[in-house]
Amino acid sequence: MDNPLVTPEIGMLFWTAVVFLLLMFVLTKFAWKPILAAVKEREASIEDALAAAKDAKLAMAALKSDNEDLLNQARVERDEMLKEAREIKDQVISDAKTAASTEAEKIVVAARESIQHEKMAAVTELKNQVALLSIEIAEKILKDELSSADKQKAIIDNLVKDINLN
Amino acid sequence: MKNILAAIVITFFSISSFANEAEHEKVNSNKDYDPVPAIMEHISDAHGWHLWGGGHDAVSMPLPVILWTENGLVTFMSSEFHHDNEGHYIVSKTGLNFVNLHEKIYQLDAGSEHLAYDEKGKVTNVRPLDFSITKNVFGMFVSVLILLLVFLFAAKSYKGEIKAPRGVASFMEPLILFVKNDIALQNIGEKHHNRFLPFLLTAFFFIWFNNLLGLIPIPGLTGANITGNIAFTLVLSTITLLLTNLNGNKNYWKHIFWMPGAPVPIKIFLIPIELIGMIAKPFALMIRLFANMTAGHIIVLSLVSLIFVFKTIWMSPVSVAFTLFISVLELLVALLQAYVFTMLSALFIGSAVAEDH
Repeated sequence: MDNPLVTPEIGMLFWTAVVFLLLMFVLTKFAWKPILAAVKEREASIEDALAAAKDAKLAMAALKSDNEDLLNQARVERDEMLKEAREIKDQVISDAKTAASTEAEKIVVAARESIQHEKMAAVTELKNQVALLSIEIAEKILKDELSSADKQKAIIDNLVKDINLN
Repeated sequence: MKNILAAIVITFFSISSFANEAEHEKVNSNKDYDPVPAIMEHISDAHGWHLWGGGHDAVSMPLPVILWTENGLVTFMSSEFHHDNEGHYIVSKTGLNFVNLHEKIYQLDAGSEHLAYDEKGKVTNVRPLDFSITKNVFGMFVSVLILLLVFLFAAKSYKGEIKAPRGVASFMEPLILFVKNDIALQNIGEKHHNRFLPFLLTAFFFIWFNNLLGLIPIPGLTGANITGNIAFTLVLSTITLLLTNLNGNKNYWKHIFWMPGAPVPIKIFLIPIELIGMIAKPFALMIRLFANMTAGHIIVLSLVSLIFVFKTIWMSPVSVAFTLFISVLELLVALLQAYVFTMLSALFIGSAVAEDH
């Protein structure tokens, strides 16, 4: 053990022990503990974040299916509304058609009636005119026939002849 | 256990071979360049940090010498030895005379101006307790400064709201979590691992940073062979030893003193083996780190020494190429040894706190 390489010196022993123990104390207090605590905290936060992400993903999926439901519902509603509108339109058109045809019929009937009236009036007028004309003609004929005594006598004869005293 | 034995064998073999070479070189010192003293100087601890030059022209960074003597605390700068480590230059303080012999400080006997040797050539002088801020201690302070800067800065980025790690924290966080999850949690278990995290984390990064800094040759700042110092590894492995045995539960002690499931003679036979194992485990930790890091430094220095051994500049491409290769390998070894030390510490602690199964 004379070799200086394998002979521990008291000074180096002392200083190594002092330096190592102090270093261990300082590093533990100011490095290892804060670093390991921070790493642990970070691990926890990462785990939390991952869990939160997973939750968010589930919520998103739920939301998506909700949205789809809503969309489907809206689609159904729209279809229904369109159908209703179409029906209403058809109704309106058919109502209008019915109303129009009824009105037209009424107009036609009224027109027919008024035509009938006019016709009647015209016929009556014509009859009156014809009567008047007939009277006038008769008057003129009578005047002409009764213009001489012979003729008056002939007529009276004739009339007397016709009168059968039976 | 195979690795441990191999490490011990290799370590002692290499050390003894150095010793032999050193003796051998004394004979041939006039002929060939001897790389051993330079290598030993680089991998050994020193008072003062040699920068360049040799002998009295050497330039070194003076470091404080702190001695506990019979007259109390004595402090002076290493420069007062005037680069002498052969035990010639005497520094007198508080009525005591000190010399530096091979970076060990001896106290001269009263009235004597020379070191005293016994018949075997061993120095018989008193060595005062030497608490000097040596090259390794100073290098260790530098590493602590860097560690504090890195990790306090990293910790600062975690303040406030939760966010992804940035900058130095993003680099260190995976390593911290690796030590926590793959070293502490794996070997100690969910229930107890948090208690030992401060030691494991600090040991891991302290060893790793010092291993790396040992590879960066900035004289006067980094490049000291700190993790390849036996005292350094002894302290760390002693902490593992204490943590293991002070936290040992009933089950752990039962396995040492009365192995369950074995016949009584075997139980008795196993007691001394288990007791040796108790010490051998941290002893292996100590040797493994020391031997690996010292070996790395020796290889790099040996490769550089080739230039001087072959006495030709044309050797330098070979040295540079091999040194680069070994340095890259050492980057891996630096991390690997920090990992192995921490992992085995966790394993030993884990075996002490494990529940019966």
